[in-house]
Amino acid sequence: MAGNRMDPWVDSYAQRAQGLTASAIRALFAVASRPEVVSLAGGMPFVSALDSDRFADIAARVVREQGAVALQYGSGQGDQTLREQILEISGLVGVRSHPDDVIVTAGSQMGLDLVTKIFCDPGDTVLVESPSYVGALGVFRSYQCNVVHVAMDSQGLDPAALREALVTACASDSPVKLIYTIPSFHNPAGLTQSFERRQEILAIAQEFNVPILEDDPYGLLGFEGEPPQAIRSLDDQGVIYLGSFSKIIASGLRVGWVIAPHGVREKLVLAAEAATLCPSNFSQLTVSRYLAEQPWQQQIKVFQELYRERRDSLLRSMQALMPAGTTWTVPKGGFYSWVTLPHQLNATTMLPRAISSLVAYVPGTGFYADGQGAHNLRLSYCYPEPSRIEEGVRRLAGVIEAELDLVDTFGVNYVDETRGNPRPQLNPNSDLV
Amino acid sequence: MRIAVLSGGLNAERDVSLRSGRRVAEALRDTMPDAEIVEVDLNGEFLDSLGSATGSHSFDVVVPLIHGAIGEDATLRSMLELKGIPFVGSSAASAARSFDKGVASGLVPSGSAPKFVAFPQSFFREMGAPRILETVIEGIGLPLIVKPISGGSALGVRLCTEAEQVAPALVDAFGYGDRVMLQTAVSGTELAVTVLDIGGKPTALPPVEIVAMSGVYDFDARYTAGATEFFVPCRLDSDAVARVCDYAVAVHTSLGLRDISRTDLIVDTAGTIWFLEVNIAPGMTETSLVPQAIEAAGLSVGGVFSELVTQALTRSH
Repeated sequence: MAGNRMDPWVDSYAQRAQGLTASAIRALFAVASRPEVVSLAGGMPFVSALDSDRFADIAARVVREQGAVALQYGSGQGDQTLREQILEISGLVGVRSHPDDVIVTAGSQMGLDLVTKIFCDPGDTVLVESPSYVGALGVFRSYQCNVVHVAMDSQGLDPAALREALVTACASDSPVKLIYTIPSFHNPAGLTQSFERRQEILAIAQEFNVPILEDDPYGLLGFEGEPPQAIRSLDDQGVIYLGSFSKIIASGLRVGWVIAPHGVREKLVLAAEAATLCPSNFSQLTVSRYLAEQPWQQQIKVFQELYRERRDSLLRSMQALMPAGTTWTVPKGGFYSWVTLPHQLNATTMLPRAISSLVAYVPGTGFYADGQGAHNLRLSYCYPEPSRIEEGVRRLAGVIEAELDLVDTFGVNYVDETRGNPRPQLNPNSDLV
Repeated sequence: MRIAVLSGGLNAERDVSLRSGRRVAEALRDTMPDAEIVEVDLNGEFLDSLGSATGSHSFDVVVPLIHGAIGEDATLRSMLELKGIPFVGSSAASAARSFDKGVASGLVPSGSAPKFVAFPQSFFREMGAPRILETVIEGIGLPLIVKPISGGSALGVRLCTEAEQVAPALVDAFGYGDRVMLQTAVSGTELAVTVLDIGGKPTALPPVEIVAMSGVYDFDARYTAGATEFFVPCRLDSDAVARVCDYAVAVHTSLGLRDISRTDLIVDTAGTIWFLEVNIAPGMTETSLVPQAIEAAGLSVGGVFSELVTQALTRSH
């Protein structure tokens, strides 16, 4: 006698759908969106800093004056004018290219998906930083890639560890197809590769003939000096570059881009057309008009200053309030700081207590494919006001103190429990990006 | 008539509650077309304005579907009683009894709750966890279950087959509440039995048998379609089914529950019934147990809840 599994297609799903399950952590994030909770979890850009009236005016004029185009299908590769404007923006991080080599996508997340789709067969290896962006891990998992984490140091991806990983992978029967890196203001680690480090990483990738997939959504959101120059600025054949308007304009527009070598670009365009036919013309034209008419560089400066102030609030609060033994990275741009808990507390176990105390973070295990990160958590400072950040840190510090008391009471040591014990990955959602 | 379907809340079952609320509200709209059904996410403003003659939060009856703390303990129900607002489900006093698994275990038919102890964290801290755990493990035996004394969806619940697993499990469970239960693990056929107070007396609906594909009916197994196999009718013989139904009605009655409850239990290979817990605002999502039982009884979610709404109004008069 067969029972009811509440889903008639349960035996029909592809193997890659196996990991798409409910999870208690995601359930906890449902609470994080409530106003009572200080959410230091999601990486939501502070879009309220934009002039919404101007945006409304632009959107209205796009429909009124370009409606026949805006509301119609468009080019699979993206709007020609916007691709030219994208190169103007990418030029700020040293990326020079031809508009023909730009593909507009529905956010850089789609670019990530397309690049993985055309490069990776199931079982192929992708090297990623340790930790790495949860949304990228979700893509790599959905294409059944073998994800290998490569250590970072204070300057980001460690060249010696990268070389070692490549040597090891070359000796295996799982070819390395991509080196995925976020060189500037890393998500979640908050670290930035120096220019020399970028050169070293590129040289190693070239030596092993593996393309670099450079994800650069935060590159223009530095707090000091000029934007770091992209790895792509050093090599236009060995690096595929992902960019995004999500953080420098608005994430709700869902417009990003890929800049790729000619052959890769050809395949990406075809893959993009197969996936979505074309990116949204309405969004593209809105972005294009915004760039043409508005002082977008000035707006980026507004964002930089706003996020710097919030970063300072986070760091100041942590310095004043966090229990001894807690450590964190000091980001020089972007949205995130990566925290290591004292006495190897388990950030996943601690999350329900944090939610009960009305503060949210993302546990470190979400940023690993192999169960690491149990003692880490990611804090985002991009969305809450500085005073709310301070309140959030105050609550979190109390939660850590309580967890220390609990662990001390039971004499629990998490080291043995977590080592070599892979935990289910988080499926990315907008709370986690 | 304005009916508030109250869901959400601020605990880990928020999302589940919102889904339950959505489903019940839709079902009520189908069966009570003349009523205005409003889905409300619980907040302070809602409580402030409850019972006011005017305003956006003026309701004739409330259907509380907040799972876990606030919704299934005495908190929300006390407020509704103080404000004199009719609501579906058990009273505040009954909720206080049923929500605490330790209290409920002491009130269900004698001998049917597995052996357990329940302690606050302070007890472990002040008396020394190692000596307490030694005594508890010796007295209860392994395997044992560690779980928060209150709360649902199996959050913070862990099965411990070895002594060294108990302390980490306690750390997990204390994340969900201040008191934790350590209980003998029993195995057998896992069942959920819905009891409805419709037609003048409590009646058990067909028991739903639960077989988690992973072997553990945890959060993922509860809310991922396909992760658990349900059998309705269950695969017990008719005598056992009758005993199980009588037992669930006895739980409902002995705890003084009202309108709707879901008793979770295990029948072991010797046929003994073991009480796990009882829920008074049970899940009503696409993969939840009560809707399956309602359907198996030839009823509908809308029909059941419209009847309960009518009863709640009648009670208040």
